[in-house]
Amino acid sequence: MQVTISPGFSDPVFQSQAAFRALLNALAEPGLVQQVAPGFAAPEGLEPATAIALLTLADYETPIWLPPALRDGPAGAWLRFHCGAALVDEPAQASFAVIDGMTSSPLLADFNPGTDQFPDRSTTVLVQCAALGGGDSVTLSGPGIAGSREIAPTGLRPGFWAELTENAELYPLGIDVILSHGEAVIGLPRSTQIVETR
Amino acid sequence: MTIHQSIPGEDAKPAYNYAYLDEQTKRMIRRALLKAVAVPGYQVPFGSREMPLARGWGTGGIQITAAIIGPDDKLKVIDQGADDTTNAVSIRRFFERTADATTTEATEEATIIQTRHRIPEAPLTTGQIMVYQVPQPEPLRKLEPRELETRKMHAWAEYGLMQVKLYENIARFGEVTTTYDYPVSVNGRYVMAPSPIPKFDNPKMHMSPALQLFGAGREKRIYAVPPHTSVKSLDFDDHPFRIQSWTEPCGLCGAKDSYLDEVVLDDLGNRMFVCSDSHHCETRRDQGHRGPMLGDASTLHLVDEAKS
Repeated sequence: MQVTISPGFSDPVFQSQAAFRALLNALAEPGLVQQVAPGFAAPEGLEPATAIALLTLADYETPIWLPPALRDGPAGAWLRFHCGAALVDEPAQASFAVIDGMTSSPLLADFNPGTDQFPDRSTTVLVQCAALGGGDSVTLSGPGIAGSREIAPTGLRPGFWAELTENAELYPLGIDVILSHGEAVIGLPRSTQIVETR
Repeated sequence: MTIHQSIPGEDAKPAYNYAYLDEQTKRMIRRALLKAVAVPGYQVPFGSREMPLARGWGTGGIQITAAIIGPDDKLKVIDQGADDTTNAVSIRRFFERTADATTTEATEEATIIQTRHRIPEAPLTTGQIMVYQVPQPEPLRKLEPRELETRKMHAWAEYGLMQVKLYENIARFGEVTTTYDYPVSVNGRYVMAPSPIPKFDNPKMHMSPALQLFGAGREKRIYAVPPHTSVKSLDFDDHPFRIQSWTEPCGLCGAKDSYLDEVVLDDLGNRMFVCSDSHHCETRRDQGHRGPMLGDASTLHLVDEAKS
């Protein structure tokens, strides 16, 4: 089967720098919508922000987990070519993972939460959702948030916030979540507490 | 055989990547930074690289700055609060050469402030990033030399030894004698070394609106404190944490609320106290504040008296 691989960054140094700063701000100030980069043509199945984040952060040192449909399609080929990253079958082996917000598996708990001596070895999970606003409102608190902050993403499976609450209870272990849609992301590191969902 | 080595200058194209580090190294540092931000105060191991200056001169801070800096940034570098000391000048020039960086001495204009041993007196703002140069990232190292053990102590939050050390200080001297690199508890979980800033600066880290990143090049560790994060200096209920105070104001600008350096003037015991934050002191002098020794210092052409 022949797969066409679309281009990566046209200016890798500065595009990845700008994207990294957006991702850094996203995790440093959880709940704030950060624009990653405009006008990027991502391979089929990946949101532009997801593709940019992986292009910025992933390489041969970081195994990636993708849903099987994406792994065998153009997205998998694109990541193998541009990042040189291994695509793994086991969610727990991955440094980065991409999941669709609506699918029921894998659970967030299936990914690697790190170990008590090395909590940094946990998976960063990019959750692709239908929109970063317009949904049911969720109140967050924790480091990076003065007081509390509300977000309202749409297109997340029922029970997603309960899973994130469980994840936050593992702190300092746990996965870090980045919600992505279009060219924007919202960071939800493990340190963020889910105060209330409505 | 003669080896012709071209030295990058104004006329020659630099032979290195933007901001000196190669892209793979930057990705590795960036991944470490994201995990550091997600677990405030936890020391993330990273593959520290050889830099064109000796370890101990700020290679950790430089590697972090190199991984985050971009064309829109304005960089300020301070060493002991001053913009004009050797370490600050050479690091600033390093980024001017390798990243074509815009630099500034004004705290409020800077987007990235790389620092050795001070936090500026001017309040930090949202969007600014502090990059600390850290010689010893492990607050427990002097109490437990084995990394295997300190890692377990952090993993299980066994910080009793640190409390014992502070207690013994109080028992012997009546107060905690640690005046710099005073241990803090971050987000109620990890005990962290705030780098050798004076304990005067510790309260500025608490709930700061700026993102704070720490890099230890020789010890190969990166850690971080996100904005609006609790940073509590360790103390006891009956011996609360206190910062230094001085009986004299700054000799040049008269500031009573800034961190002062003691300068010995002669061998007769004369001395003066002067702001360690050089930009803060200059700003105050420009605003017309005058310290008791400003006249003497400007007569000797050591400083410019404010033009007003």
